[in-house]
Amino acid sequence: MNYTAIILIPLIPLAVFLVLGLFNRKIGPGVSGLVGVGGMLVSTLLSFYTAFEYFMVLGKVSGAYPTLVESTVWMNFTETLRIDMGVLIDPISVMMLIVVSTISLMVHIYSRGYMKGDEGYTKFFSFLSLFTFSMYGLVLATNLFQIYIFWELVGVSSYLLIGYYYTKESAVAAAKKAFIVTRFADLGFLIGILLIGYYTGTYDFETLNNPEGATLTHWAPASFMGLSVLTWGLILIFIGGAGKSAMFPLHIWLPDAMEGPTPVSALIHAATMVVAGVFLVARLFPMYFFVEEGFALQIVAFVGAFSALFAAVIALTQTDIKRVLAYSTMSQLGYMMLALGVSGYEGSQGLGYMSSMFHLFTHAMFKALLFLCAGSVIHAVHSNYLKDMGQLRKYMPITHLSFLVAALAIAGIPPFAGFWSKDEILVAVYQQNTFLYVVGIFVAGLTALYIFRIYFGIFWGKDNTYEHRPAESPASMTVPLIVLAVLSATVGFIPFSEFISPDRAGFDAHIDIPMAITAVAVALIGIGIAWMLYKKESGLATRLTDRLGVLYTWAHRKFYMDEVYLFVTKNILFKGIAAGAAWADRKIVDGTMNLIGNSTVLFSKKIKGMQSGRVQDYAMAFVSGTVILALLFIYLWTS
Amino acid sequence: MNMETVLLLRQEISILIIALLLLIFEIFAGDRQKEGVVSLTIILFALHTGIGFLDMKEGLLFGGMFRTNALIHLFKNILNIGVLIVLLQSAEWVKRELVPQHRGSEFFILLLSSLLGLQFLISSGDFLMFYLGLELSTLPLAALSAFEMYRRRSSEAGIKLILSSALASGITLFGISLMYASTGTIYFAEMGTLISENNLTVMALILFFAGLGFKISLVPFHFWTADVYEGAPIGVASYLSVISKGAAVFILMIFFFTVLKPLIHLWENLFYLLAVLTMFLGNLFALRQQNMKRFLAFSSIAQAGFILLGLITGTTLGVATVIYFVLIYIFSNLAAFGVVQAISTETGKENMRDYEGLYRTNPKLSLVMMLGLFSLAGIPPVAGFFGKFFLFTAAASKGYYFLVFLAVVNVTISLYYYLLVVRAMFLRKSDHPIPHFTNALYMRIGLVITVVGILALGLYSPIYDYIYALSNTLN
Repeated sequence: MNYTAIILIPLIPLAVFLVLGLFNRKIGPGVSGLVGVGGMLVSTLLSFYTAFEYFMVLGKVSGAYPTLVESTVWMNFTETLRIDMGVLIDPISVMMLIVVSTISLMVHIYSRGYMKGDEGYTKFFSFLSLFTFSMYGLVLATNLFQIYIFWELVGVSSYLLIGYYYTKESAVAAAKKAFIVTRFADLGFLIGILLIGYYTGTYDFETLNNPEGATLTHWAPASFMGLSVLTWGLILIFIGGAGKSAMFPLHIWLPDAMEGPTPVSALIHAATMVVAGVFLVARLFPMYFFVEEGFALQIVAFVGAFSALFAAVIALTQTDIKRVLAYSTMSQLGYMMLALGVSGYEGSQGLGYMSSMFHLFTHAMFKALLFLCAGSVIHAVHSNYLKDMGQLRKYMPITHLSFLVAALAIAGIPPFAGFWSKDEILVAVYQQNTFLYVVGIFVAGLTALYIFRIYFGIFWGKDNTYEHRPAESPASMTVPLIVLAVLSATVGFIPFSEFISPDRAGFDAHIDIPMAITAVAVALIGIGIAWMLYKKESGLATRLTDRLGVLYTWAHRKFYMDEVYLFVTKNILFKGIAAGAAWADRKIVDGTMNLIGNSTVLFSKKIKGMQSGRVQDYAMAFVSGTVILALLFIYLWTS
Repeated sequence: MNMETVLLLRQEISILIIALLLLIFEIFAGDRQKEGVVSLTIILFALHTGIGFLDMKEGLLFGGMFRTNALIHLFKNILNIGVLIVLLQSAEWVKRELVPQHRGSEFFILLLSSLLGLQFLISSGDFLMFYLGLELSTLPLAALSAFEMYRRRSSEAGIKLILSSALASGITLFGISLMYASTGTIYFAEMGTLISENNLTVMALILFFAGLGFKISLVPFHFWTADVYEGAPIGVASYLSVISKGAAVFILMIFFFTVLKPLIHLWENLFYLLAVLTMFLGNLFALRQQNMKRFLAFSSIAQAGFILLGLITGTTLGVATVIYFVLIYIFSNLAAFGVVQAISTETGKENMRDYEGLYRTNPKLSLVMMLGLFSLAGIPPVAGFFGKFFLFTAAASKGYYFLVFLAVVNVTISLYYYLLVVRAMFLRKSDHPIPHFTNALYMRIGLVITVVGILALGLYSPIYDYIYALSNTLN
């Protein structure tokens, strides 16, 4: 392997960040855009070169893809515990390199059009580069400590980018919220690292994950509340991952994060940073699987399933299209966690793991595409709300078709990418747990419903009168759309299971026909409902009848017959349950977080009186403090 | 006095010589040359700091009253570096405010006397030297805090410091006498073998600890901190927050890890309780401060709480992590204080509100400030992160998981208020931002050293390796 090339991949964005950041004022917008895109292009080429070399040239060594580590000792903490810095190459890190590079490059190109004329153009590109660098570092990390450092750096750059429109009060608040919530989650991560580092004496993934190694064969026995210390460590680490990957109840920052510029949402809050939590669990998968028979892994599965369902229901109620996409992301991340949670380790048992990574890969493509399309729409109509959109397919054909491809992909319609990965997930879940499978298939239906709801709302629906006639976005924005649309349509055909599996050996995965038919049928039902509810809401009935003929008449009559049913779904399901869930999300989950914050501030106000400014009070406190301590000592602590 | 004595007392003698030279300079310099005192002090002290890194012999003096070894020598070098930075950062202020009143050398002499006291304090081998060092380090500080006599707050700070410290010294002295009563010796080396667990010793331990708790500003001995920092000249406040605190941590560590080691099952409870109280109270008070000096005062109280997490362990790992943390803390806190000093000297503004929009007018200063605050907050990959992470690992290695959990909660709280300042500087706009200005040479050097320190400590591992290797010599 060519390690120079691999190390250059993160270093190029770092260099771009430093150049653009330090010479902010001296570099014109044109140059900074080119520097950003150029640097990203080189990194992308190197990533693909690395992938080619790893999978094709190097290939399997004695039946499995090897883990290659190149690192130097950074700090020796004690004689036994040390901290390294380096790069780790294995199938999932190579896959993540491809994801990060592709999406980041597309977003860089797109931003040249989207951010045109913005006063902080250069600053924006420097932040993007900082983020990309941190993300590469996270993906390539060789040990827990390194991944934590980049984890935080990713958090900081996300904070900067969410709060990019710093004059907007809501953006600043959203940035703060994202930072604080993920910090609380990282608190768990940090303690988890401390626990694992201390009990195993290493931070290195390779040593920790070795199925024959001491860590996994002799995991520390039960100690606290009947669970092994390592299980606690893994649960705490999962809390960190849940914060980044917006799992319930740590998801509350994600919808607000949509205040950032849309390309940022596409890059960070759809394709890359938010999957870091999934990646983290996958990175430590052997630990999750072997320690205490996978107790922690079950938690992952259930949290994932619940988040998937919860978010999908809420997505139905949102009117801001970016928020719909945000909840949709949360829901899809829940899928990935669920798949990891039900996965086995050896051979085709690892279907869940493989399908999770597969879905991560395909989701990155089509979700980034959805966001970029949404950005293109928002760019044209200057609003995030569905009520200001409608009939846009006439004005923006490329955006429309791209969005349609992405929507079909996320809904799981063959042959688009999402079908293949989602099908594998459902098969994996079905093999393990029927209840979770039912949840999964239900969410699949909801997914199709909410995504086509906004699709119809944006591109069909009512005929809005626009003040400025909306126009298709410039080429810098549509080219990435086309590229991603092609990818969303095709990447499903990659034989993922040959490259990625928990034991690295690869296996043959094949489509389970009955499962696939069920899933597609459910998705089609979802799309059908969306079509009935949202497409013909305006006075287009006649034209639609002309175009769709029998199909429409049938739907129309069906609608008439099923008025009661629709009443039930619309009023009880949507207004009752979904709105209720949205309310609970806003008031209870959000409220609790706010309560923690506010009560800290309030308590801080209350104790103000202690610092009176009078030196005699201080002396009093000093002496009485000493006396109390002495009493505590004598009566409590001495035997 | 033979050569041996001179060599072992090298650091102290060198500080004394500088102080005397300054005194002579003050007498003989003409009015126009008075300003030279600033450069003279800095050059002499830089020399002193540099010479300090030369190898040092180990040994005892005065029948065991004074001792030195490689670790103690390292402590002194750390203090020297800190004081050098404080001097550099105060230089411009001294030039503008004090030299015209002919009080420049007075300021430096007092500061150096206090440092001399601290050096004796950490070298002490018995209670007599300990107490002398303690007093010698505190008394000049009271004078220094009240140095801007014409400002009411400054004299208030002086009075508060002297009253509080008198009380603290009295209690410590009481503790020392009880310690003597229970063991019959004042020498640390003998005391370690004679000490036994009884109520008298426990009482002595508590009272003795109170005096050091005062210097480190642990709750409930911390009340003086905010008022004194706010009133005192900034250079003095930064000295109090890093140098005097650091030295007290070092002697506390030496004393508790060697002499009182047999009683660790007692004082670990004490440290546990005070760590929790100090972290929480420091952080909760810091949340609401508007004055930058008060803000940094409470932040420094909270940081002291974190230090206790390393001290509670009583292990070699604890020693190494505490030294490393203190070293990082010195650089980080001085970066923050340095920027406050620079802005205050130039414009007289000290409130957080005044910092709004600073990035637009003075990008370099705000970057230094940001780096310092990030390091104090412990955001990776800045050095402060490693400092905290290592402390927490040390505490976790002894099984204090709940304490570590509370500490991490506190890191999160502290992050909030450190970010308040960063937000004011970078994200807020102001109608009247602090205008652009260029810093004096010494100030720039002082800030650059802190930045280099923060970066080097995080990225260059041999420093930690060196500290870790030396830590074994304490036990």
